[in-house]
Amino acid sequence: MDPYDSQVSTSRRRTSNLKDYFVGATPLQKRLESVRRQSSFFPSPPRRKIPQCTQLQEEIDPRKVAFLLHKQWTVYSLTPLYKFSYSNFKEYSRLLSAFIAAERQKGLAVEVGEDFNIKVIFSTLVGVRGTQRDPEAFLVQILSKSQSSREHGEGRVLWTGWFCCVFGESLLETVSEDFTCLPLFLANGAESNTSLIGGWFQKTFDCCFSPLAISAFNLSWMAAMWTACKMDHYMATTEFFWSVPCSPQSLDISYAIHPEDAKALWDSVHKTPGEVTQEEVDLFMDCLYSHFHRHFKIHLSATRLVRVSTSVASAHTDGKIKILCHKYLIGVLAYMTELAIFQIE
Amino acid sequence: MYTVMTTQRNTRSSQLRNRISQGSNSSQTNLLAWKVNKGKESHSVEDSTSADDQAEDDLHKAVEYFQKGPKKASLNKDTVLEKHLKSVENVAWKNGLTSEAIDVLLSVALSGKFGNAINTRILKCMIPETLISEDSVVKAVSWLCVGKCSGNTKVLFYRWLVAMFDFIDHKKQINLLYGFFFASLQDDALCPYVCHLLYLLTKKENVKPFRVRKLLDLQVKMGMQPHLQALLSLYKFFAPTLISVSLPVRRKIYFNNSKNLWASALPAMKLRNQGAFPEPPKLTLGPTKGCSLKRKWSSHSVIPALNSANIGCGEKKSLSDFLSSERSLPLEQLQSFPQLLQNIHCLELPSQMISVLNNSLLLHYINCVKDDSILLRLYYWLSQTLQEECIWYNINNYEQEKEFTDFLDIVIRVQCFLQEGFYSCEAFLYKSLPLWDGFSCRSQFLQLLAWIPFSSFYEVKPLLFDHLAPLFFTSTIYFKCSVLQSLKELLQNWLLWLSMDAHVQPVTSSPLETTLGGSMNSVSQLIDYVGWLSMIAIRLESNSTLLLHFILDFYEKVCDIYISYDLPLLVLFPPVIFHSALLSLDASILNQLCYIIFRYRNNLTAAKKNNLLKKEKSEFSLSSNICQEFNYYLTVMVQCLWMSTPFEGGVYIDPQLLENAGVTEYKNSLNLVHHPSLLSYAACFLLQESPEERTIDMSYIRGKTWNQYLDYLFSEGFQGLKLFIKSSIHRFSIS
Repeated sequence: MDPYDSQVSTSRRRTSNLKDYFVGATPLQKRLESVRRQSSFFPSPPRRKIPQCTQLQEEIDPRKVAFLLHKQWTVYSLTPLYKFSYSNFKEYSRLLSAFIAAERQKGLAVEVGEDFNIKVIFSTLVGVRGTQRDPEAFLVQILSKSQSSREHGEGRVLWTGWFCCVFGESLLETVSEDFTCLPLFLANGAESNTSLIGGWFQKTFDCCFSPLAISAFNLSWMAAMWTACKMDHYMATTEFFWSVPCSPQSLDISYAIHPEDAKALWDSVHKTPGEVTQEEVDLFMDCLYSHFHRHFKIHLSATRLVRVSTSVASAHTDGKIKILCHKYLIGVLAYMTELAIFQIE
Repeated sequence: MYTVMTTQRNTRSSQLRNRISQGSNSSQTNLLAWKVNKGKESHSVEDSTSADDQAEDDLHKAVEYFQKGPKKASLNKDTVLEKHLKSVENVAWKNGLTSEAIDVLLSVALSGKFGNAINTRILKCMIPETLISEDSVVKAVSWLCVGKCSGNTKVLFYRWLVAMFDFIDHKKQINLLYGFFFASLQDDALCPYVCHLLYLLTKKENVKPFRVRKLLDLQVKMGMQPHLQALLSLYKFFAPTLISVSLPVRRKIYFNNSKNLWASALPAMKLRNQGAFPEPPKLTLGPTKGCSLKRKWSSHSVIPALNSANIGCGEKKSLSDFLSSERSLPLEQLQSFPQLLQNIHCLELPSQMISVLNNSLLLHYINCVKDDSILLRLYYWLSQTLQEECIWYNINNYEQEKEFTDFLDIVIRVQCFLQEGFYSCEAFLYKSLPLWDGFSCRSQFLQLLAWIPFSSFYEVKPLLFDHLAPLFFTSTIYFKCSVLQSLKELLQNWLLWLSMDAHVQPVTSSPLETTLGGSMNSVSQLIDYVGWLSMIAIRLESNSTLLLHFILDFYEKVCDIYISYDLPLLVLFPPVIFHSALLSLDASILNQLCYIIFRYRNNLTAAKKNNLLKKEKSEFSLSSNICQEFNYYLTVMVQCLWMSTPFEGGVYIDPQLLENAGVTEYKNSLNLVHHPSLLSYAACFLLQESPEERTIDMSYIRGKTWNQYLDYLFSEGFQGLKLFIKSSIHRFSIS
């Protein structure tokens, strides 16, 4: 028997029980419920946990992690993938490489499985997730197979993208099993390639990508949370960028602080152990503002925060992030996942 | 004479149809049978001298001539041939040839009995009266293998086959020749036409890896040819895992139809075939032209094009999948509603579900499907797109605003088509309504509001209606009216939904009843909310007539819930609205008020009757408050309009007060004659009665004249007033 046949979907809409409307039984109802919750608590929950090293991280392949660090990723939100299967990676590679080859020579048909000058590799990123319920993250790489690289056995990486979900419970509980929720997509490589490959995913798995911009509000949260992280040694200075819109060129203000000073400032405003609250974030930023004003007589609060970089990670308002510290990889991704889920709700 | 002839023709054509349908399987389409039938028919109308029959006769001779071949020794060989060709052409272009004649002539043309020029002329007039028998085509193809005809004739034959494809009665055997046709691709001259034929003929099972390889080889040899592209993309459509092709955006035409030699004969053929091929019903819903906004990512319009899913991406298939994929219907072949009904169990769904927005047939499917994942796919795409396209995220771009409103219009049209709102639109409103300026895309936003699916008002209020209220109060009267209009539509949609649902459910189950009560509660909260908006708006707009119209329109729905929608709910309007309407200076408002009171009365009476009948069952009990309130309204209206005793029963005003104000003659001032909105009617009435009078005396209207005056009012269109008076006032005829 086909398992799908015996599965009788609980009624919906016109034919559905009135009760469903109050209990929220169908997946769509659950979605709407969750959107309502989200909308009522706009803009964001007033408190979050400070990122910690989690147990799960231990199983992460260090080589793969190294591959993810120190690269600039453009982030996108992604709606759940329909009928995506981890066991079909080979097939997907074949189809995607044929698709890319066909797109490159528009109008000419190509046989799937033929040998092209590119190679597509799908692979899982074991351990890049928050809980066991989060679906496994996976990586897509496009390699070029030029004559010289063929001899060396490895091709030059043209484009990389990965899909992940870290602590995505709020999304997971509202979808049926036909969907795979990987709301955060990060890409590195030519934009044209991203749109090509994104287009293929959209067509194949009926999903929807959208660029994930990070608002100044969220950037200050990142600044506070990442400053709060305990570090063995600091790799980079803590730096902020503000943008003043004026003609003919916009004025950028950079504000660099020694990471230990930033941590000291944070410790002075921080009260609740293990958590970051909205008041603490505001206070932290206000302290920076007033310090700056004392020296330069410029009200930074009247400008726009566009970039934050710390030893943990750096983020730009255009939706670009770079993760520096492997210890807090999961923590950074958790917050990015939260933002991505907020965008697709 | 004429009638005899027409019946004769009719019977013949019906016989002809019969023969076609019989003959299709038995392959007996020989000239002999045709001759016998023909002989019988001509016998039945001996004295027929019509030109048509003459032509038929000539055709008959001509076909015979062609079948036998030219006489070697004949003197005037060319003239005879020419004569016969002419008669065939005449009939062919006028009425079309029977399938038997085509069967014979086709073989003649391809067998090489005559010269090339003659073969060409014969092929060019192979126009069927109704249908072409499949066997004729198979026979013709077998002649191709004999190799007696020239390349040009072959080309012409394939062109003919493509042009006539729809008029071949069956295609099963032709499909068996797929391999033969495919092999003909080798011939450079034939290739475009064979491609076209294969494009029409290809089924899923014809797509094989070796054929894919062959086509790709051809492509390498011949370069980017539109006909090859067409066939390859069809192959890809059937077997996406075998081939990948991406087509240039602009190309839509693969085959050049302008060279169709038979184009002028096609409409007549279609007309003759109308019985056999009913036109598919026109169900186009969306705009045919796509949006011009070039989206950054792969799709070129906001809504992606319809493409069936890449099933078989290596995923394990269950047995039923295999069985169904065998017969599954590709979306591009879905043309008509009957076709949808026949194949509803084996439709290949689109790879991007949202493409159904532009396809009304699939919307029917969506409407009855019970698959949550389909709806979720719609939900995610629509939510994302609404949010991304929404103009105030990227403001100051007129072009984009136009795109967005067009897109919203499509979504709204689909909602109206399905008669239900999308959850994505509701979620979109949650996010965007707090930021809305009340101006951009106003009509679209308000329509989206009207289609919010039924839900608990208590939950929705803080997310939507609390944001709507400040906009409502601070905007123009026109905005207020449109909001009221949308809320009326929302109420109507909710009521329809609930009334359908309430009847689907068994009435006995107890949890339902509580939730039905709960949902009634939600509706009544919506009505209260609108009442609250209306009361404040009446004051803000100082009793504007326009506004009152829209408010009363809303209550026209409210007053009829119990009877029209069969739902246990009765809500009266607040006194402010009642008094404003009663004292309005506009006669139509008064009329509307009378109508509403009349409907309230009917609904209340029905509810009361029902309540008495099944007291134990219904949870809904008619509260005495409502009855009291209604009685108050009724009393006030009767006293003011009819009895000329205002301020005695309902509205009590101390006579001393009125005296102090200097009003002495107030008793009549609100009756049907003196009511400010009706005074002009009373004057007109009096002028009409006695045109010579110089002064008008209103007190003249009483007794018998009062009744005449009422009839005058009714004739002026006061239907609401008429219903009200008939139901609430016992008129005694005063002699």
